[in-house]
Amino acid sequence: MSVALQTAPAAPAKDRVETPFQRFVSEFCESKLALLGLAVFTVIALVAILAPWIAPQDPYDLAVLDIMDGRLEPGSKSGDGSITYWLGTDDQGRDMLSGIMYGLRISLTVGAGSALLACIVGASLGLLAAYAGGKTDSAIMRVVDLQLSFPAILVALMILAFLGKSVMNVVIAIVVVEWAYYARTVRGTALVERRREYIEAAQCLALPTHRILFRHLLPNCLPPLIVIGTMQVARAIALEATLSFLGLGVPITEPSLGLLIANGYEYMLSGKYWISFYPGIALLITIVAINLVGDHLRDVLNPRLKK
Amino acid sequence: MSVYLLRRLIQAVGVVFAMSLIVFIGVFAIGDPVEILISPDADQIERERAIRALGLDLPLWEQYLIFLGKALQGDLGRSFVFNEPALQLILQRMPATLELAIAATLGAIVIGLPLGLYAGLRPHSLGSKAIMAGSILGFSLPTFWVGLMLIMVFAVQLGWLPSTGRGDTVEILGMRWSFLTADGLAHLVMPALNLALFKISLVIRLTRAGVRETMLMDYVKFARAKGLSPFRVTFVHVFKNILIPVVTVTGLEFGSTIAFSVVTESIFAWPGMGKLIIDSINVLDRPVIVAYLMIIVLMFITINLIVDLTYSVLDPRVRLEGK
Repeated sequence: MSVALQTAPAAPAKDRVETPFQRFVSEFCESKLALLGLAVFTVIALVAILAPWIAPQDPYDLAVLDIMDGRLEPGSKSGDGSITYWLGTDDQGRDMLSGIMYGLRISLTVGAGSALLACIVGASLGLLAAYAGGKTDSAIMRVVDLQLSFPAILVALMILAFLGKSVMNVVIAIVVVEWAYYARTVRGTALVERRREYIEAAQCLALPTHRILFRHLLPNCLPPLIVIGTMQVARAIALEATLSFLGLGVPITEPSLGLLIANGYEYMLSGKYWISFYPGIALLITIVAINLVGDHLRDVLNPRLKK
Repeated sequence: MSVYLLRRLIQAVGVVFAMSLIVFIGVFAIGDPVEILISPDADQIERERAIRALGLDLPLWEQYLIFLGKALQGDLGRSFVFNEPALQLILQRMPATLELAIAATLGAIVIGLPLGLYAGLRPHSLGSKAIMAGSILGFSLPTFWVGLMLIMVFAVQLGWLPSTGRGDTVEILGMRWSFLTADGLAHLVMPALNLALFKISLVIRLTRAGVRETMLMDYVKFARAKGLSPFRVTFVHVFKNILIPVVTVTGLEFGSTIAFSVVTESIFAWPGMGKLIIDSINVLDRPVIVAYLMIIVLMFITINLIVDLTYSVLDPRVRLEGK
């Protein structure tokens, strides 16, 4: 079960005992599709991180934009011949390729950041529910049930209707939407784990509750948490894009992929497809790559499927 | 049974009240509607008259009590923008949303069932693998992007289908429906398909899993041993048994279909509740937001209640557990 924590002492070379981590890595590498997903995601993440240095143009710098270059087709050259717009330009004369690179930064930051935050909140409450039991447990789980009976988009809409539009509020909305999945998953695993001897031993040593929760119980609940976490990052990115597309997400000044797609929507009807199409492809590849990794992680980390 | 029913009903009413409080307080925090709704040129007296007319000068709890009292009489306030009762505004747009959601649900079953059946009967064929890969895409593609691509291909490039609006409608029972005219039907196809996409994937997966499980059952083996035709075994013995979970889940999903129509309606400019709520959030039309959320919450609680009660009829363990 404990995959990430145990690091077995270096095994003697002759009988080559695999550590759980090595076994995990070798099992993960069995699926070519999952490796491809991981590779693609790594490239995307690198592009997002390095965008300011590798993008052909700074899409926020109004000085380099030329309105005369607006809505150029993919592959056309700029008016002064300095750069080629491989993916065309939008209505402001902004290079789409650069726009997508910068948009990826925002999409990934908001998506991964809020999924991580949701994980912290959800996992803590799930652990608490399982460990405390009784009234605490039923109170937390009742909120989880209530939350999960409403679709994500509705909860997010409600929160953005209450709080108004900003990047921070999108993050809050995603956290509120997603924490319940983590809480339910962690509680399920923790309920099984807390009856084991090592928890009893820790209790006998009179260790403080937070130490038992986070140092003993949590590491043993990690495998399902990692699986859920991967999937939820993809969902968070998609949700952020949807909200931005509806005009309820990030502001115009920090366009994420969803907003770039929304910007191109009105030009789509006149046949200028590239303004929406390429950001959409970038979004699509990101989500599918993460899902491929998550799907295979689920198979690898699920003890029930162990041969 | 009646004790269980009563308890579930009281619970449901409690949730409705809790949600009304959350929605009301939440929407109050949205910002100052005075700034948006009253023209900046208005002088002090005009402003105050408008504030009083909208009831914005009262303390929050008093506004809530008035809101609650009126809500119980079916009055959820007047839209600031349209100057019409908010409830009426939403109910006017409800048939369009319901039409879209029903069309999407039917579409999901009509498309998903045969594909799932095929994938379940021939799990190793190339076609099944393509279907399963497609269903993964259906789960992970963002709905709004698929909608845009549909418009790009079928409306802009091929010009087969109209891209936005509802088309010609026919009035029946005081409500306008578009599925009865050829033009309306053409307008309905793309939004319904777009909304159905996620559900098609769901139905495919459910059907496939159900078929694969059922095919191993003794009664299927027995039916085969009797020498029944494969057609009869599939469509009478297997099909009947997989329909139950598929229909249950599709019914359960109906609520979320209505919620997700927000996205589809915005793309295809479908004049339903979803488009109204997005517009209302953008102009901070508080009564409409509150009314929409209350109606949706009520709808969800009703759907959940019906599902729970149906289960308790089918499975007595559900009833006994809570005692």
